[in-house]
Amino acid sequence: MKVNILSVLLLVSSIAFTQEKIKGMIMDKNNPKDNLGVYGASVHWLNTNIGVTTNEKGWFNLPYKKQFKKLVVSFVGYKTDTILVKSLKPVHHFLEESNTLEEVTIKSNKSATQKSYLQAQNLVTINSAELLKAACCNLAESFETNPSIDVNFSDALTGTKQIQMLGLTSPYLLITQENIPSIRGASQAFGLSFTPGTWVESIQITKGAGSVVNGYESISGQINAELVKPYTNHRFFANAYASAGGRLEFNTHFNQKVNDKWQTGFYIHGNYRGEKFDKNKDNFLDNPLAKQINVMNRWQYLDAEKGWVSFINFRYLDDQKQVGQVNFNPDFHKGSSLVWGSEIKTKRFDTSAKLGYVFPDLPFQSMGIQAAYSNHKQDSYFGLRDYNIQHQSFYSNFIFNSIIGDTRNKFKTGISFTYDKYDEFVKITNPQNFDRKENSLGAFFEYAFDNSDNLSITAGIRVDTHNLLGAFLTPRLHVRYTVWEKGVFRTSIGRGKRSANIFAENQQFFASSRQVNIDDVGGRVYGLSPEIAWNYGVSFLQGYKLFGKKGDVTFDFYRTDFQNQVVVDWENPQEVSFYNLNGKSVANSFQLEVNQNIIPYFNTRFSYKHYEVNTDYKSGNLDKALQAKHRFFANVSYETEKQENDSHWKFDVTYNWIGEQRLPNTRSNPVQYQLPTHSNSYNLLNSQITKVFSKKFEIYAGAENITNYKQKNPILGSDNPFGVNFDTTIIYAPVFGSNFYTGLRFKID
Amino acid sequence: MKKIILVIAVLLISVSISAQKKKKNAKISLDVDGVCMMCKGRIEKAALNCKGVKYAQWNVKTHELKLIVDERKTDVKTIQQNLANVGHDTKDVKASKEAYDGLHGCCKYRDEEVQEDHKVEKK
Repeated sequence: MKVNILSVLLLVSSIAFTQEKIKGMIMDKNNPKDNLGVYGASVHWLNTNIGVTTNEKGWFNLPYKKQFKKLVVSFVGYKTDTILVKSLKPVHHFLEESNTLEEVTIKSNKSATQKSYLQAQNLVTINSAELLKAACCNLAESFETNPSIDVNFSDALTGTKQIQMLGLTSPYLLITQENIPSIRGASQAFGLSFTPGTWVESIQITKGAGSVVNGYESISGQINAELVKPYTNHRFFANAYASAGGRLEFNTHFNQKVNDKWQTGFYIHGNYRGEKFDKNKDNFLDNPLAKQINVMNRWQYLDAEKGWVSFINFRYLDDQKQVGQVNFNPDFHKGSSLVWGSEIKTKRFDTSAKLGYVFPDLPFQSMGIQAAYSNHKQDSYFGLRDYNIQHQSFYSNFIFNSIIGDTRNKFKTGISFTYDKYDEFVKITNPQNFDRKENSLGAFFEYAFDNSDNLSITAGIRVDTHNLLGAFLTPRLHVRYTVWEKGVFRTSIGRGKRSANIFAENQQFFASSRQVNIDDVGGRVYGLSPEIAWNYGVSFLQGYKLFGKKGDVTFDFYRTDFQNQVVVDWENPQEVSFYNLNGKSVANSFQLEVNQNIIPYFNTRFSYKHYEVNTDYKSGNLDKALQAKHRFFANVSYETEKQENDSHWKFDVTYNWIGEQRLPNTRSNPVQYQLPTHSNSYNLLNSQITKVFSKKFEIYAGAENITNYKQKNPILGSDNPFGVNFDTTIIYAPVFGSNFYTGLRFKID
Repeated sequence: MKKIILVIAVLLISVSISAQKKKKNAKISLDVDGVCMMCKGRIEKAALNCKGVKYAQWNVKTHELKLIVDERKTDVKTIQQNLANVGHDTKDVKASKEAYDGLHGCCKYRDEEVQEDHKVEKK
């Protein structure tokens, strides 16, 4: 072999003087000893067409010009190398096998849930890959694989999932859709289930005080859902889902280019459940009979040259649910006390428009205006009780973004105007109307400092004048400090204020025999004063590598301190009382979360959560009912390597352990309707398998509540629903046992 | 005829005046030598540290530094000097040996080996 090299050198030296040519040999790095040449490797000058392939011995001979400096060597199965050529000295290059390169690409894969190392806020982004880990039929079900949000059940009838963050229920969260407040007022109870899962592109969860830009209402956090956009979504998409629990869902998307600047999308969702289940033999349906049709039309305008962007949305929803006793037939039994049943009918129309302008010469300066109108109408009855609400809402916000001095000092400022009109009809024993109009005008200023290194600060303040809440200030502050590499410390503080919609937010109480008391203190909303709370938080995120595998660990602690609250007191089993806080009400939450990659495409996530949520009730200080103090969460996901046609498998398992929960006081009930003071702890296990056949087609199948844990006797007094002890609200575990589902996704780009 | 000449002359003068007038948001593009994301952070920071520089974006691949500058407060020379002070060469101002030596090992952009390292990394 040495002879070979020698001969190459000889050849080179003899020819180099006569011709402008470069010679060399390409060899395999894995077999350096025998110096076998690589046959058929391609060698060419960078950015030119001048190239050759090596001969059997691995030699090449290539014309040379002075301006050629970089030689590209490539061969199938090997890493492509670029060699700098300084002279006509012969080139000896060893190629490396490309398996090391593949590892690099895997490492740089973005994880489905991203924690930000740079933002001032404690922000977690859930992207579409994470959303596909569970069937996620709607937005309420999109958080099952995310430990920051707890998913609970609101009542024994509707199967509605209620979300909680930092130990507080969703009314204390600001839930926005593309930064326009969406789930509030009348839509609070069911609103999350009115956004189909396939419409959701990504979700951003901010813990603690949010930004002042979107209003003053958020107290414990902010959830923003970005919907699929006509420009980026598939040209055609279809999804079908069926579960053993009798639920059928269908989704389809059409996206169409209209011209260079306009693009439009049509999104249709339907779901249906017609089968009756009563597995626990309490004579009540375990799941509602339901049908929903939900249609959205989006228009997207983009003129990159002039800097204009715009979105226009229209959406219509019609949702019907029937719950109650198995043989309830609304045509015969509505309004009678023979058979107990309930129907909830919702119609909602939404429209919103956004217009944004980026100054073409000043990339850091932009302005935008958002406007939204919604009309939400719910007509419902629960046995002999009636509840109707119509909520019309108008929202508008103007934002101007620019800098002070340079881009390390940014600001957002603007004004907003909102108008809400509520018409509520409540009949528990006597019919009552609660109508009110709210309007508010506000101005905000948010300053963001970022030294583009280890410190960022966002400080915001807004001033609002509200016809019922008065004039008030909302300050909020977020600080991020990177202590050392991948070690990020954050803190936040902020104030929130809101009027509680006591009926809409607590409508599960209609499906009980509880009498409603409101302590009228002369306030402007149901006679009650508005809720005011401060939220403080600290968190520390540390990214690390363990045996070369990426991981991160997060500790966070948040405290919400209510200065005033509308306390929902249901400690008397015959009553639910609403009154203003007199004393202390706090929610403390501690969370420890670990994300660890084990091998490529195999990821794990563990979290432990501890909550201390307590309130001074009239009967004394008590832990919040139906709030587990301890929760443990684990998620394991694995994907097989993608084949050339994109086919692969995905496996996902989520485990939840929910500690014991305090149950509301039932001691004054007859013995057979009494409950223990605390519930038992229990386990929940969900799993899903997805088989991706190609870029176009995939099917999935999953199981929920595999261990089949059910709450025994979820309905108190189910034997006499028109009696005084009837109560469907004390729910701490699933009503329906294990459930299996399957579905498919089809897409054309 | 005289009038036309006059008008043209006036126009010319006004054009030349406006050309000399210092712009509040002038767009400037510079070629700055560097190799990696660390360089990017350093270059942009050095640029922004010049009073009057509002916006700085450096492209690792093309080495182009895009600036938006208030010309009344600074000029290209000052910015180039600032970049040289932290160790980065521009066409007109080269970094001193001390400044260049102060760079992190991975950022020694004059070294061909370092350049090559970054090329492989990118692939």
